[in-house]
Amino acid sequence: MFIAIELTYLISSILFIFGIKFLGSPKTARKGNLYAAIGMFLAIAATLLDQNVLTFEWIIIGIIIGSLIGTILAVKVPMTGMPQMVGMLNGFGGGASALVALAEYYKINPNYPVEKGLPFILPIDQGAAIILSLLIGGVTFTGSMIAFGKLQGLVTGKVVKYPLQHPLNLLLLLGVLAGGVYVVLNPSATNIVLLITFVSLLLGVLLVLPIGGADMPVAISLLNSYSGIAGSTTGFVLGNNELIIAGALVGASGIILTLIMCRGMNRSLMNVVLGGWASAGSGGAASESTAVKGDVKAIDSEELAMLLDSVGSVVIVPGYGMAVAQAQHAVRDLVNLLEKKGVKVRFAIHPVAGRMPGHMNVLLAEAQVSYDKLYAMEDINDDFPSTDVVIVIGANDVVNPAARHDQNSPIFGMPILNVDYAKTVIINKRSLNVGYAGIENELFFYPNSLMYFGDAKDAITKLTNELKNL
Amino acid sequence: MVEFISTHLGTFVFLMHVYVFILAIFVGFELITKVPPTLHTPLMSGSNAISGITIVGALLSAGLKEFTISTIFGLVAVIFAMINVVGGFLVTDRMLKMFKKK
Repeated sequence: MFIAIELTYLISSILFIFGIKFLGSPKTARKGNLYAAIGMFLAIAATLLDQNVLTFEWIIIGIIIGSLIGTILAVKVPMTGMPQMVGMLNGFGGGASALVALAEYYKINPNYPVEKGLPFILPIDQGAAIILSLLIGGVTFTGSMIAFGKLQGLVTGKVVKYPLQHPLNLLLLLGVLAGGVYVVLNPSATNIVLLITFVSLLLGVLLVLPIGGADMPVAISLLNSYSGIAGSTTGFVLGNNELIIAGALVGASGIILTLIMCRGMNRSLMNVVLGGWASAGSGGAASESTAVKGDVKAIDSEELAMLLDSVGSVVIVPGYGMAVAQAQHAVRDLVNLLEKKGVKVRFAIHPVAGRMPGHMNVLLAEAQVSYDKLYAMEDINDDFPSTDVVIVIGANDVVNPAARHDQNSPIFGMPILNVDYAKTVIINKRSLNVGYAGIENELFFYPNSLMYFGDAKDAITKLTNELKNL
Repeated sequence: MVEFISTHLGTFVFLMHVYVFILAIFVGFELITKVPPTLHTPLMSGSNAISGITIVGALLSAGLKEFTISTIFGLVAVIFAMINVVGGFLVTDRMLKMFKKK
């Protein structure tokens, strides 16, 4: 039986690897997800045959409750709510790892009646793995819940500063590690284990609280990675290769996405983790010194419709504003109408547009926009000079030309979409307010820029109607 | 030799796990660097569901012969991990269904 179970774990691991491989192409992605789900099913089935699993009532209750909650969440969540959904799921994965580590600790602790009368022997590697699982799992759990709260609007999306932020966090982290060494040397120090758990949970809150809304793509990716690494450390606790493999795959995936997001903002991981864009530059002062003077030209829906009626190519740049206004369907209608009129329409997606990696792509997929119309930044940036009209919908910092030339700008060096090279740039925004980086966007004052004010959904719907009436 | 292995068995097993961990990280890097940006969100939710593999450890604790404090931790862990697994795979499938080329 032992060999059968281990072989099943091996097959399950292989299914995970193929699953992630197939997730790499839109054509095979659904199959990949299915393979991974089958792998998970096999792993669960194999575990239930383990000789240490002797009672099933709690398992059945847990599986039913968990599956029910998971199904409801997955069916109900709107596509715009996907970042918080993924954030929350990360948290549950991390939380489960921390709980398993606690359960294992109590299992081998002779003060609790599982293996009565044995001296408490905790091998160094297992002890260290338990502590790391508690630390990483705990941070992932509360950190993800804070990220969820920020994305859902329950916790402020602003950069939160508190006194002695960095020394405090460093102290807490060192405290956990010191406590961990103590526990490995004195395994019966149950109170220290509980204290480590508590501090790890606290650390998750303190680490994610300072991270601002637009930095969420980095935070979510990083927490994704942590949830995987927590799975791996749990694998070390249990001595189970499949957990180690699956956790490492997810950990690697999260790290890669994190680095892609950081590159998209031209910031180091440390800079994001330590909190806040404003802290990178000189904050409020920078916004005044870089303030651009000049005239802003506005355009209304009727004029804009007439302009669009006679163009050859349009590129749409969506941002978080499109998600907030739930404007993806309205945008799709506009695109369909423009295409009917013979206009070539494409989308340019900045890597950090929205609140999680690939956020815009999911929204546009929901609105049934064909994915081959969506272009990554590096694939479309050279085409802007030959584009007639660019429509920026709810994006700001990622199209600010100051990133290219203004060395004093906090976003200097960040790769941007060069929309200002197009013949005309239409910027749909609710107001002239600054974006996340807290700086004015000089693009709004360019001679080829036209502001089209209004909520994205209303404004685009109005534009489509005007265009229909022409 | 047999004696040497049996006294150091724990170390051997631990080192084998370290090998597996490091090689799996390399596999992960190889697989993920090829994923196009369009699929980043489903990749994240799908891989997230895979990290629910901790369910294995949760089941081992929730299914103990006697009811102990570990059973309670195990039960909550089963619930958490199942939310992660079921929610993750279902929501990923829901998203991927929408990715179409016309």
